[in-house]
Amino acid sequence: MEQYRINKDNGLEFGLYTLGDHLPNPQTGTRISAQQRINEIIEIAKLAEEAGIDFFSVGESHQDYFATQAHTVVLSAIAQATEKIKISSSSTIISTLDPVRVYEDFATIDLISGGRAEIIAGRASRVGLFDLLGYDLSDYEALYEEKFDLLLKINENETLNWEGEFRSALKDARVLPRPLDGTLPIWRAVGGHPASAVKAGAAGVPMQIAMLAGPTQNFKETIGTYRDTARQYGHDPEQLPVATAGFFHVAETTQQAQREVYPHINEGMKLTNGAGFPKRGFAMGADKRNVLNVGSPQEVIEKILYQHEQFDHQRYIGQMDFGGVPFDQLMRNIEWIGEEVLPAIRKYTKKETDQ
Amino acid sequence: MKIVGLSGSNVGSKTRTTMKYVSEKLTSQYPHVDWTFIDLADYTMQFSDGRNYLDYEGDTAYITKTIMEADAIIIGTPIFQASIPATLKNVFDLLPINALQDKIVSFFVTAGTSKHFLIPETQLKPILSYMKAQTVSTYVFIEEKDFMNKEIINDDIIFRLNALVEDTVMLTDTYKRIREEKESMYDF
Repeated sequence: MEQYRINKDNGLEFGLYTLGDHLPNPQTGTRISAQQRINEIIEIAKLAEEAGIDFFSVGESHQDYFATQAHTVVLSAIAQATEKIKISSSSTIISTLDPVRVYEDFATIDLISGGRAEIIAGRASRVGLFDLLGYDLSDYEALYEEKFDLLLKINENETLNWEGEFRSALKDARVLPRPLDGTLPIWRAVGGHPASAVKAGAAGVPMQIAMLAGPTQNFKETIGTYRDTARQYGHDPEQLPVATAGFFHVAETTQQAQREVYPHINEGMKLTNGAGFPKRGFAMGADKRNVLNVGSPQEVIEKILYQHEQFDHQRYIGQMDFGGVPFDQLMRNIEWIGEEVLPAIRKYTKKETDQ
Repeated sequence: MKIVGLSGSNVGSKTRTTMKYVSEKLTSQYPHVDWTFIDLADYTMQFSDGRNYLDYEGDTAYITKTIMEADAIIIGTPIFQASIPATLKNVFDLLPINALQDKIVSFFVTAGTSKHFLIPETQLKPILSYMKAQTVSTYVFIEEKDFMNKEIINDDIIFRLNALVEDTVMLTDTYKRIREEKESMYDF
Protein backbone atom coordinates (compact mmCIF):
# COMPACT_ATOMS: atom_id res chain seq x y z
CA MET A 1 0.00 0.00 0.00
CA GLU A 2 2.90 2.38 0.71
CA GLN A 3 3.70 2.82 -2.97
CA TYR A 4 0.15 4.13 -3.35
CA ARG A 5 0.64 6.45 -0.37
CA ILE A 6 -2.05 4.68 1.62
CA ASN A 7 -1.68 3.66 5.24
CA LYS A 8 -4.37 1.13 6.09
CA ASP A 9 -3.94 1.81 9.79
CA ASN A 10 -5.40 5.28 9.29
CA GLY A 11 -8.69 3.75 8.26
CA LEU A 12 -10.90 4.65 5.35
CA GLU A 13 -9.79 7.72 3.40
CA PHE A 14 -12.56 10.14 2.52
CA GLY A 15 -12.45 12.26 -0.61
CA LEU A 16 -14.49 14.35 -2.98
CA TYR A 17 -14.51 14.29 -6.76
CA THR A 18 -15.96 16.47 -9.43
CA LEU A 19 -16.51 15.58 -13.07
CA GLY A 20 -16.23 19.27 -13.80
CA ASP A 21 -19.74 19.33 -15.19
CA HIS A 22 -21.12 22.75 -16.01
CA LEU A 23 -24.86 22.23 -15.82
CA PRO A 24 -27.74 24.59 -15.11
CA ASN A 25 -29.25 24.56 -11.64
CA PRO A 26 -32.67 22.96 -12.31
CA GLN A 27 -34.18 24.70 -9.27
CA THR A 28 -33.51 28.14 -10.76
CA GLY A 29 -32.92 27.36 -14.44
CA THR A 30 -29.72 29.41 -14.41
CA ARG A 31 -26.15 28.44 -15.15
CA ILE A 32 -23.09 30.12 -13.72
CA SER A 33 -20.22 31.03 -16.08
CA ALA A 34 -17.48 28.50 -16.88
CA GLN A 35 -15.03 30.84 -15.15
CA GLN A 36 -17.10 30.87 -11.96
CA ARG A 37 -17.53 27.09 -12.08
CA ILE A 38 -13.77 26.49 -12.36
CA ASN A 39 -13.02 28.98 -9.59
CA GLU A 40 -15.61 27.31 -7.38
CA ILE A 41 -14.01 23.90 -8.00
CA ILE A 42 -10.66 25.30 -6.84
CA GLU A 43 -12.40 26.87 -3.86
CA ILE A 44 -14.11 23.58 -2.96
CA ALA A 45 -10.71 21.87 -2.95
CA LYS A 46 -9.42 24.50 -0.51
CA LEU A 47 -12.45 24.15 1.74
CA ALA A 48 -12.16 20.35 1.57
CA GLU A 49 -8.58 20.59 2.78
CA GLU A 50 -9.58 22.91 5.62
CA ALA A 51 -12.27 20.43 6.66
CA GLY A 52 -9.65 17.66 6.85
CA ILE A 53 -10.81 15.73 3.77
CA ASP A 54 -8.09 13.40 2.45
CA PHE A 55 -8.51 13.57 -1.30
CA PHE A 56 -9.86 15.71 -4.13
CA SER A 57 -10.05 14.86 -7.81
CA VAL A 58 -11.17 16.47 -11.05
CA GLY A 59 -12.52 14.68 -14.10
CA GLU A 60 -11.94 15.17 -17.80
CA SER A 61 -14.92 15.13 -20.15
CA HIS A 62 -15.04 16.60 -23.63
CA GLN A 63 -18.68 17.34 -24.32
CA ASP A 64 -21.40 19.91 -23.79
CA TYR A 65 -22.04 20.92 -20.19
CA PHE A 66 -18.48 20.32 -18.94
CA ALA A 67 -15.82 22.86 -17.97
CA THR A 68 -12.68 20.92 -16.94
CA GLN A 69 -11.53 19.45 -20.22
CA ALA A 70 -8.05 20.75 -19.29
CA HIS A 71 -8.25 18.98 -15.94
CA THR A 72 -4.48 19.00 -15.37
CA VAL A 73 -4.51 22.78 -15.56
CA VAL A 74 -7.24 22.92 -12.92
CA LEU A 75 -5.37 20.39 -10.78
CA SER A 76 -2.26 22.50 -11.08
CA ALA A 77 -4.14 25.49 -9.69
CA ILE A 78 -5.45 23.30 -6.87
CA ALA A 79 -1.91 22.08 -6.17
CA GLN A 80 -0.84 25.67 -5.71
CA ALA A 81 -3.85 26.64 -3.60
CA THR A 82 -3.62 23.73 -1.15
CA GLU A 83 -1.01 22.15 1.10
CA LYS A 84 -2.07 18.75 2.39
CA ILE A 85 -4.92 17.24 0.45
CA LYS A 86 -4.13 14.49 -2.07
CA ILE A 87 -5.05 15.52 -5.61
CA SER A 88 -5.87 13.44 -8.64
CA SER A 89 -7.78 13.07 -11.85
CA SER A 90 -11.02 11.09 -11.96
CA SER A 91 -10.50 10.23 -14.51
CA THR A 92 -7.82 11.07 -17.05
CA ILE A 93 -8.92 9.62 -20.39
CA ILE A 94 -5.64 7.97 -21.18
CA SER A 95 -6.97 6.46 -24.45
CA THR A 96 -6.97 9.81 -26.24
CA LEU A 97 -3.89 11.37 -24.64
CA ASP A 98 -0.20 10.75 -24.94
CA PRO A 99 0.96 8.88 -21.82
CA VAL A 100 4.34 10.65 -21.96
CA ARG A 101 2.65 14.03 -21.83
CA VAL A 102 0.22 12.89 -19.13
CA TYR A 103 3.12 11.68 -17.02
CA GLU A 104 5.03 14.94 -17.50
CA ASP A 105 1.96 16.90 -16.43
CA PHE A 106 1.23 14.84 -13.35
CA ALA A 107 4.87 14.58 -12.27
CA THR A 108 4.97 18.38 -12.48
CA ILE A 109 1.76 18.68 -10.44
CA ASP A 110 3.35 16.28 -7.95
CA LEU A 111 6.37 18.58 -7.61
CA ILE A 112 4.21 21.68 -7.28
CA SER A 113 2.08 19.99 -4.63
CA GLY A 114 4.95 18.49 -2.67
CA GLY A 115 4.18 14.86 -3.51
CA ARG A 116 0.38 14.84 -3.44
CA ALA A 117 -0.52 13.94 -7.04
CA GLU A 118 -2.08 10.73 -8.34
CA ILE A 119 -3.52 9.57 -11.66
CA ILE A 120 -6.77 7.71 -12.09
CA ALA A 121 -6.88 6.62 -15.72
CA GLY A 122 -10.08 5.66 -17.52
CA ARG A 123 -11.35 5.10 -21.02
CA ALA A 124 -14.36 7.46 -21.32
CA SER A 125 -18.05 6.64 -21.00
CA ARG A 126 -19.02 9.15 -23.69
CA VAL A 127 -16.96 9.03 -26.85
CA GLY A 128 -17.18 12.41 -28.59
CA LEU A 129 -13.56 13.08 -27.64
CA PHE A 130 -12.32 10.43 -30.07
CA ASP A 131 -13.36 12.59 -33.03
CA LEU A 132 -12.39 15.80 -31.27
CA LEU A 133 -8.87 14.64 -30.50
CA GLY A 134 -8.31 12.67 -33.69
CA TYR A 135 -8.70 9.03 -32.68
CA ASP A 136 -10.64 6.17 -34.18
CA LEU A 137 -13.41 4.88 -31.96
CA SER A 138 -12.97 1.37 -33.34
CA ASP A 139 -9.67 1.32 -31.38
CA TYR A 140 -11.52 2.06 -28.12
CA GLU A 141 -10.30 -1.03 -26.20
CA ALA A 142 -6.86 -1.31 -27.79
CA LEU A 143 -6.05 2.38 -27.24
CA TYR A 144 -6.89 2.15 -23.57
CA GLU A 145 -4.94 -1.02 -22.89
CA GLU A 146 -1.84 0.09 -24.79
CA LYS A 147 -1.71 3.59 -23.36
CA PHE A 148 -2.50 2.54 -19.82
CA ASP A 149 0.27 -0.03 -20.02
CA LEU A 150 2.72 2.57 -21.34
CA LEU A 151 1.76 4.94 -18.52
CA LEU A 152 2.62 2.23 -15.96
CA LYS A 153 5.94 1.55 -17.69
CA ILE A 154 6.88 5.23 -17.64
CA ASN A 155 6.09 5.26 -13.94
CA GLU A 156 8.46 2.36 -13.32
CA ASN A 157 11.27 3.47 -15.64
CA GLU A 158 12.76 6.92 -15.99
CA THR A 159 14.44 5.75 -19.20
CA LEU A 160 12.62 3.31 -21.41
CA ASN A 161 12.41 1.61 -24.76
CA TRP A 162 8.92 0.99 -25.99
CA GLU A 163 7.05 0.13 -29.14
CA GLY A 164 3.33 0.09 -29.76
CA GLU A 165 0.61 0.62 -32.31
CA PHE A 166 -0.76 4.04 -31.42
CA ARG A 167 2.31 6.11 -30.72
CA SER A 168 5.78 6.46 -32.16
CA ALA A 169 8.36 4.21 -30.50
CA LEU A 170 10.40 5.39 -27.53
CA LYS A 171 14.12 4.73 -27.76
CA ASP A 172 16.20 5.31 -24.64
CA ALA A 173 13.63 7.96 -23.87
CA ARG A 174 13.80 9.81 -20.56
CA VAL A 175 10.48 11.03 -19.23
CA LEU A 176 11.04 14.04 -16.99
CA PRO A 177 10.49 15.48 -14.50
CA ARG A 178 10.18 12.60 -12.10
CA PRO A 179 7.68 12.85 -9.24
CA LEU A 180 8.90 13.68 -5.74
CA ASP A 181 9.11 10.09 -4.48
CA GLY A 182 10.14 8.60 -7.82
CA THR A 183 6.74 7.19 -8.76
CA LEU A 184 3.10 8.24 -8.82
CA PRO A 185 0.11 6.23 -7.59
CA ILE A 186 -1.68 5.19 -10.79
CA TRP A 187 -5.19 3.77 -10.50
CA ARG A 188 -7.41 2.13 -13.04
CA ALA A 189 -10.95 3.56 -13.30
CA VAL A 190 -13.62 0.88 -13.51
CA GLY A 191 -17.20 1.64 -14.44
CA GLY A 192 -18.66 -1.15 -12.35
CA HIS A 193 -18.58 -4.07 -14.77
CA PRO A 194 -16.79 -7.18 -13.44
CA ALA A 195 -14.97 -7.59 -16.79
CA SER A 196 -13.17 -4.29 -16.18
CA ALA A 197 -12.38 -5.34 -12.61
CA VAL A 198 -10.78 -8.50 -14.02
CA LYS A 199 -8.45 -6.38 -16.15
CA ALA A 200 -7.50 -4.16 -13.20
CA GLY A 201 -6.81 -7.23 -11.07
CA ALA A 202 -4.75 -8.93 -13.76
CA ALA A 203 -2.61 -5.80 -14.19
CA GLY A 204 -2.13 -5.61 -10.41
CA VAL A 205 -3.06 -1.94 -10.19
CA PRO A 206 -5.32 -0.16 -7.71
CA MET A 207 -8.95 0.03 -8.79
CA GLN A 208 -11.36 2.89 -8.44
CA ILE A 209 -14.90 1.73 -9.04
CA ALA A 210 -17.85 3.99 -9.82
CA MET A 211 -21.10 3.03 -8.10
CA LEU A 212 -23.97 5.43 -8.55
CA ALA A 213 -26.73 3.38 -6.95
CA GLY A 214 -27.85 -0.19 -6.42
CA PRO A 215 -27.31 -2.98 -3.91
CA THR A 216 -24.00 -3.02 -2.06
CA GLN A 217 -23.84 -6.75 -2.75
CA ASN A 218 -23.41 -6.22 -6.51
CA PHE A 219 -20.34 -4.08 -6.02
CA LYS A 220 -18.98 -6.41 -3.37
CA GLU A 221 -18.94 -9.15 -6.00
CA THR A 222 -17.05 -6.96 -8.45
CA ILE A 223 -14.49 -6.01 -5.83
CA GLY A 224 -14.15 -9.69 -4.90
CA THR A 225 -13.57 -10.53 -8.56
CA TYR A 226 -10.87 -7.88 -8.72
CA ARG A 227 -9.02 -9.27 -5.71
CA ASP A 228 -9.41 -12.89 -6.84
CA THR A 229 -8.03 -12.04 -10.27
CA ALA A 230 -5.12 -10.10 -8.78
CA ARG A 231 -4.24 -13.16 -6.68
CA GLN A 232 -4.48 -15.47 -9.69
CA TYR A 233 -2.06 -13.26 -11.58
CA GLY A 234 0.47 -13.31 -8.76
CA HIS A 235 -0.31 -9.96 -7.14
CA ASP A 236 -0.99 -9.51 -3.45
CA PRO A 237 -4.48 -7.98 -3.00
CA GLU A 238 -3.38 -6.79 0.44
CA GLN A 239 -1.08 -4.37 -1.35
CA LEU A 240 -3.71 -3.10 -3.81
CA PRO A 241 -6.01 -0.34 -2.61
CA VAL A 242 -9.63 -0.12 -3.74
CA ALA A 243 -11.59 3.12 -3.96
CA THR A 244 -15.32 3.54 -4.51
CA ALA A 245 -16.98 6.61 -5.99
CA GLY A 246 -20.59 7.78 -6.02
CA PHE A 247 -23.15 10.46 -5.31
CA PHE A 248 -22.93 12.12 -1.93
CA HIS A 249 -25.22 14.63 -0.28
CA VAL A 250 -26.09 15.30 3.35
CA ALA A 251 -28.68 17.58 4.94
CA GLU A 252 -30.50 17.86 8.26
CA THR A 253 -32.71 14.86 7.46
CA THR A 254 -32.64 12.17 4.79
CA GLN A 255 -35.88 13.54 3.31
CA GLN A 256 -34.37 16.98 3.03
CA ALA A 257 -31.18 15.62 1.47
CA GLN A 258 -33.24 13.79 -1.14
CA ARG A 259 -35.36 16.86 -1.87
CA GLU A 260 -32.32 19.07 -2.23
CA VAL A 261 -30.30 16.91 -4.56
CA TYR A 262 -32.71 14.79 -6.61
CA PRO A 263 -33.58 17.46 -9.21
CA HIS A 264 -29.86 18.13 -9.77
CA ILE A 265 -29.00 14.48 -10.28
CA ASN A 266 -32.09 13.71 -12.37
CA GLU A 267 -31.86 16.72 -14.69
CA GLY A 268 -28.06 16.49 -14.84
CA MET A 269 -28.17 12.89 -15.94
CA LYS A 270 -30.78 13.70 -18.58
CA LEU A 271 -28.52 16.34 -20.09
CA THR A 272 -25.26 14.39 -19.90
CA ASN A 273 -26.43 10.81 -20.48
CA GLY A 274 -29.87 11.13 -22.04
CA ALA A 275 -31.87 9.42 -19.28
CA GLY A 276 -32.85 10.70 -15.84
CA PHE A 277 -32.58 8.92 -12.51
CA PRO A 278 -35.87 7.04 -11.87
CA LYS A 279 -37.55 8.26 -8.68
CA ARG A 280 -38.14 4.79 -7.34
CA GLY A 281 -34.46 3.87 -7.76
CA PHE A 282 -33.51 7.08 -5.99
CA ALA A 283 -35.98 6.39 -3.17
CA MET A 284 -34.47 2.90 -2.74
CA GLY A 285 -31.18 4.70 -2.24
CA ALA A 286 -32.29 5.54 1.29
CA ASP A 287 -31.91 1.88 2.30
CA LYS A 288 -28.72 1.21 4.23
CA ARG A 289 -27.84 -1.60 1.83
CA ASN A 290 -27.94 0.71 -1.21
CA VAL A 291 -24.65 2.40 -2.14
CA LEU A 292 -26.18 5.85 -2.76
CA ASN A 293 -24.78 8.09 -0.02
CA VAL A 294 -27.58 10.64 0.22
CA GLY A 295 -29.17 11.27 3.61
CA SER A 296 -28.75 12.76 7.05
CA PRO A 297 -25.12 12.79 8.27
CA GLN A 298 -25.86 9.95 10.68
CA GLU A 299 -27.46 7.76 8.03
CA VAL A 300 -24.68 8.43 5.54
CA ILE A 301 -22.06 7.61 8.20
CA GLU A 302 -23.78 4.30 8.85
CA LYS A 303 -23.91 3.56 5.15
CA ILE A 304 -20.26 4.34 4.57
CA LEU A 305 -19.32 2.15 7.54
CA TYR A 306 -21.54 -0.64 6.22
CA GLN A 307 -19.91 -0.31 2.80
CA HIS A 308 -16.48 -0.41 4.42
CA GLU A 309 -17.47 -3.57 6.27
CA GLN A 310 -18.56 -5.16 2.99
CA PHE A 311 -15.83 -3.90 0.68
CA ASP A 312 -12.86 -3.44 3.00
CA HIS A 313 -11.90 -0.60 0.66
CA GLN A 314 -9.31 2.05 1.42
CA ARG A 315 -10.96 5.15 0.03
CA TYR A 316 -14.44 6.49 -0.60
CA ILE A 317 -14.93 9.54 -2.78
CA GLY A 318 -18.22 11.39 -3.04
CA GLN A 319 -19.62 13.45 -5.89
CA MET A 320 -21.67 16.24 -4.37
CA ASP A 321 -21.56 18.96 -7.04
CA PHE A 322 -23.24 17.25 -9.99
CA GLY A 323 -25.95 19.13 -11.83
CA GLY A 324 -25.52 22.76 -10.81
CA VAL A 325 -25.71 22.38 -7.02
CA PRO A 326 -25.31 25.92 -5.63
CA PHE A 327 -22.05 26.75 -3.93
CA ASP A 328 -23.53 27.55 -0.50
CA GLN A 329 -25.06 24.08 -0.43
CA LEU A 330 -21.66 22.57 -1.26
CA MET A 331 -20.10 24.55 1.58
CA ARG A 332 -22.73 23.24 3.98
CA ASN A 333 -21.94 19.69 2.84
CA ILE A 334 -18.25 20.22 3.50
CA GLU A 335 -19.05 21.52 6.99
CA TRP A 336 -21.13 18.41 7.73
CA ILE A 337 -18.31 16.22 6.43
CA GLY A 338 -15.68 17.95 8.56
CA GLU A 339 -17.73 18.12 11.72
CA GLU A 340 -19.65 14.83 11.65
CA VAL A 341 -18.77 12.41 8.88
CA LEU A 342 -14.96 12.39 9.08
CA PRO A 343 -14.63 12.01 12.86
CA ALA A 344 -17.09 9.12 12.85
CA ILE A 345 -15.67 7.13 9.97
CA ARG A 346 -12.12 7.65 11.22
CA LYS A 347 -13.08 6.54 14.70
CA TYR A 348 -14.62 3.30 13.46
CA THR A 349 -12.25 2.38 10.61
CA LYS A 350 -8.90 3.31 12.12
CA LYS A 351 -6.81 0.37 13.33
CA GLU A 352 -6.26 0.21 17.09
CA THR A 353 -2.49 0.35 17.44
CA ASP A 354 -2.10 1.26 21.10
CA GLN A 355 -3.05 -2.13 22.54
CA MET B 1 -48.62 12.79 -25.06
CA LYS B 2 -45.90 11.94 -27.57
CA ILE B 3 -46.40 8.81 -29.64
CA VAL B 4 -43.91 7.64 -32.25
CA GLY B 5 -44.85 5.32 -35.08
CA LEU B 6 -41.82 3.27 -36.04
CA SER B 7 -42.00 1.42 -39.32
CA GLY B 8 -39.17 -1.06 -38.92
CA SER B 9 -38.28 -2.06 -42.46
CA ASN B 10 -36.45 -0.29 -45.27
CA VAL B 11 -38.18 -2.26 -48.03
CA GLY B 12 -41.72 -3.30 -48.95
CA SER B 13 -45.05 -1.55 -48.63
CA LYS B 14 -47.28 -3.54 -46.24
CA THR B 15 -45.82 -2.15 -43.04
CA ARG B 16 -45.80 1.39 -44.42
CA THR B 17 -49.41 1.07 -45.64
CA THR B 18 -50.54 -0.15 -42.25
CA MET B 19 -48.62 2.54 -40.40
CA LYS B 20 -50.29 5.16 -42.60
CA TYR B 21 -53.67 3.81 -41.57
CA VAL B 22 -52.65 3.86 -37.89
CA SER B 23 -51.32 7.38 -38.32
CA GLU B 24 -54.58 8.69 -39.82
CA LYS B 25 -56.67 6.93 -37.19
CA LEU B 26 -54.59 8.30 -34.37
CA THR B 27 -54.33 11.89 -35.54
CA SER B 28 -58.01 12.16 -36.45
CA GLN B 29 -59.38 10.60 -33.27
CA TYR B 30 -56.88 11.76 -30.67
CA PRO B 31 -55.95 15.39 -31.36
CA HIS B 32 -54.10 15.65 -28.03
CA VAL B 33 -51.53 13.14 -29.29
CA ASP B 34 -48.28 14.55 -30.65
CA TRP B 35 -47.66 11.97 -33.39
CA THR B 36 -44.33 11.41 -35.16
CA PHE B 37 -44.07 8.86 -37.93
CA ILE B 38 -40.63 7.34 -38.56
CA ASP B 39 -40.29 5.07 -41.56
CA LEU B 40 -36.80 3.57 -41.46
CA ALA B 41 -36.85 3.41 -45.27
CA ASP B 42 -36.56 7.21 -45.29
CA TYR B 43 -33.39 7.37 -43.19
CA THR B 44 -29.74 6.38 -43.34
CA MET B 45 -28.87 4.67 -40.11
CA GLN B 46 -25.50 3.84 -38.59
CA PHE B 47 -25.03 0.44 -37.02
CA SER B 48 -24.80 0.41 -33.25
CA ASP B 49 -21.26 0.28 -31.90
CA GLY B 50 -22.13 0.49 -28.23
CA ARG B 51 -21.67 4.22 -27.64
CA ASN B 52 -24.20 6.37 -25.77
CA TYR B 53 -27.07 7.28 -28.10
CA LEU B 54 -26.31 10.99 -27.67
CA ASP B 55 -22.94 10.42 -29.35
CA TYR B 56 -24.44 9.50 -32.75
CA GLU B 57 -25.05 12.02 -35.48
CA GLY B 58 -27.47 12.69 -38.33
CA ASP B 59 -30.46 10.39 -38.87
CA THR B 60 -29.28 7.98 -36.19
CA ALA B 61 -29.25 10.77 -33.61
CA TYR B 62 -32.66 12.03 -34.75
CA ILE B 63 -34.32 8.62 -34.52
CA THR B 64 -32.82 7.59 -31.18
CA LYS B 65 -33.61 10.96 -29.59
CA THR B 66 -37.17 10.95 -30.93
CA ILE B 67 -37.77 7.48 -29.49
CA MET B 68 -36.20 8.41 -26.15
CA GLU B 69 -38.51 11.42 -25.86
CA ALA B 70 -41.69 9.45 -26.66
CA ASP B 71 -44.32 8.34 -24.14
CA ALA B 72 -45.44 5.53 -26.41
CA ILE B 73 -44.22 3.76 -29.54
CA ILE B 74 -46.26 1.89 -32.10
CA ILE B 75 -43.96 -0.46 -33.96
CA GLY B 76 -44.78 -1.91 -37.35
CA THR B 77 -42.57 -4.71 -38.55
CA PRO B 78 -42.45 -7.28 -41.31
CA ILE B 79 -41.07 -10.77 -40.77
CA PHE B 80 -37.92 -11.55 -42.72
CA GLN B 81 -36.18 -14.94 -42.54
CA ALA B 82 -38.35 -16.00 -39.62
CA SER B 83 -37.17 -12.93 -37.69
CA ILE B 84 -37.64 -9.23 -37.15
CA PRO B 85 -35.67 -7.18 -39.70
CA ALA B 86 -32.12 -6.09 -38.95
CA THR B 87 -33.13 -2.45 -39.40
CA LEU B 88 -35.50 -2.69 -36.43
CA LYS B 89 -33.08 -4.69 -34.28
CA ASN B 90 -30.45 -2.03 -34.96
CA VAL B 91 -32.75 0.63 -33.49
CA PHE B 92 -33.00 -1.42 -30.29
CA ASP B 93 -29.23 -1.91 -30.25
CA LEU B 94 -28.65 1.83 -30.57
CA LEU B 95 -30.67 2.61 -27.42
CA PRO B 96 -29.66 2.26 -23.75
CA ILE B 97 -30.71 -0.93 -21.96
CA ASN B 98 -33.56 0.70 -20.04
CA ALA B 99 -34.61 2.92 -22.93
CA LEU B 100 -38.23 1.74 -22.96
CA GLN B 101 -38.79 2.05 -19.23
CA ASP B 102 -42.02 3.98 -18.58
CA LYS B 103 -42.98 3.78 -22.24
CA ILE B 104 -46.01 1.99 -23.69
CA VAL B 105 -45.15 -0.10 -26.75
CA SER B 106 -47.66 -1.72 -29.08
CA PHE B 107 -47.03 -3.35 -32.43
CA PHE B 108 -48.41 -4.92 -35.57
CA VAL B 109 -46.69 -7.39 -37.84
CA THR B 110 -46.96 -7.89 -41.58
CA ALA B 111 -46.02 -11.12 -43.32
CA GLY B 112 -46.54 -13.15 -46.46
CA THR B 113 -48.48 -15.89 -44.71
CA SER B 114 -49.57 -16.89 -41.21
CA LYS B 115 -46.67 -19.34 -40.86
CA HIS B 116 -44.58 -17.08 -38.62
CA PHE B 117 -47.38 -15.96 -36.38
CA LEU B 118 -45.33 -16.57 -33.22
CA ILE B 119 -42.18 -14.71 -34.26
CA PRO B 120 -43.28 -11.55 -32.38
CA GLU B 121 -43.92 -13.66 -29.25
CA THR B 122 -40.52 -15.29 -29.35
CA GLN B 123 -38.39 -12.45 -30.70
CA LEU B 124 -39.92 -9.03 -30.37
CA LYS B 125 -41.59 -9.35 -26.98
CA PRO B 126 -38.46 -10.61 -25.16
CA ILE B 127 -36.49 -7.61 -26.43
CA LEU B 128 -39.24 -5.20 -25.40
CA SER B 129 -39.48 -6.80 -21.96
CA TYR B 130 -35.72 -6.65 -21.51
CA MET B 131 -35.76 -2.96 -22.38
CA LYS B 132 -38.53 -2.52 -19.77
CA ALA B 133 -41.38 -1.52 -22.08
CA GLN B 134 -44.99 -1.72 -20.95
CA THR B 135 -46.31 -3.71 -23.91
CA VAL B 136 -49.88 -3.79 -25.14
CA SER B 137 -50.53 -7.51 -24.91
CA THR B 138 -52.48 -8.03 -28.13
CA TYR B 139 -50.76 -7.41 -31.43
CA VAL B 140 -52.16 -7.42 -34.95
CA PHE B 141 -50.80 -9.91 -37.45
CA ILE B 142 -51.51 -8.98 -41.07
CA GLU B 143 -50.96 -11.16 -44.10
CA GLU B 144 -50.38 -10.50 -47.78
CA LYS B 145 -53.97 -11.51 -48.54
CA ASP B 146 -55.29 -8.70 -46.31
CA PHE B 147 -53.94 -6.07 -48.74
CA MET B 148 -54.82 -5.02 -52.25
CA ASN B 149 -53.32 -2.07 -54.14
CA LYS B 150 -51.67 -0.81 -50.96
CA GLU B 151 -54.94 -0.74 -49.04
CA ILE B 152 -56.08 -2.94 -46.17
CA ILE B 153 -59.12 -4.84 -47.43
CA ASN B 154 -59.88 -7.09 -44.46
CA ASP B 155 -62.36 -5.52 -42.04
CA ASP B 156 -61.19 -7.75 -39.22
CA ILE B 157 -57.73 -6.19 -39.54
CA ILE B 158 -59.23 -2.70 -39.59
CA PHE B 159 -61.20 -3.38 -36.39
CA ARG B 160 -58.18 -4.89 -34.67
CA LEU B 161 -55.93 -1.97 -35.69
CA ASN B 162 -58.53 0.45 -34.33
CA ALA B 163 -58.47 -1.45 -31.04
CA LEU B 164 -54.66 -1.39 -31.03
CA VAL B 165 -54.63 2.40 -31.43
CA GLU B 166 -57.28 2.81 -28.73
CA ASP B 167 -55.43 0.49 -26.33
CA THR B 168 -52.15 2.32 -26.91
CA VAL B 169 -53.62 5.74 -26.13
CA MET B 170 -55.65 4.45 -23.18
CA LEU B 171 -52.69 2.63 -21.64
CA THR B 172 -50.40 5.62 -22.16
CA ASP B 173 -52.91 7.88 -20.40
CA THR B 174 -53.46 5.36 -17.63
CA TYR B 175 -49.81 4.59 -17.10
CA LYS B 176 -49.00 8.29 -16.94
CA ARG B 177 -51.59 8.72 -14.18
CA ILE B 178 -50.27 5.69 -12.29
CA ARG B 179 -46.75 7.07 -12.49
CA GLU B 180 -47.80 10.53 -11.37
CA GLU B 181 -49.70 9.05 -8.46
CA LYS B 182 -46.74 6.86 -7.49
CA GLU B 183 -44.20 9.66 -7.86
CA SER B 184 -46.30 12.07 -5.82
CA MET B 185 -45.79 9.69 -2.90
CA TYR B 186 -42.07 10.40 -2.90
CA ASP B 187 -40.99 13.31 -0.81
CA PHE B 188 -38.49 14.71 -3.32
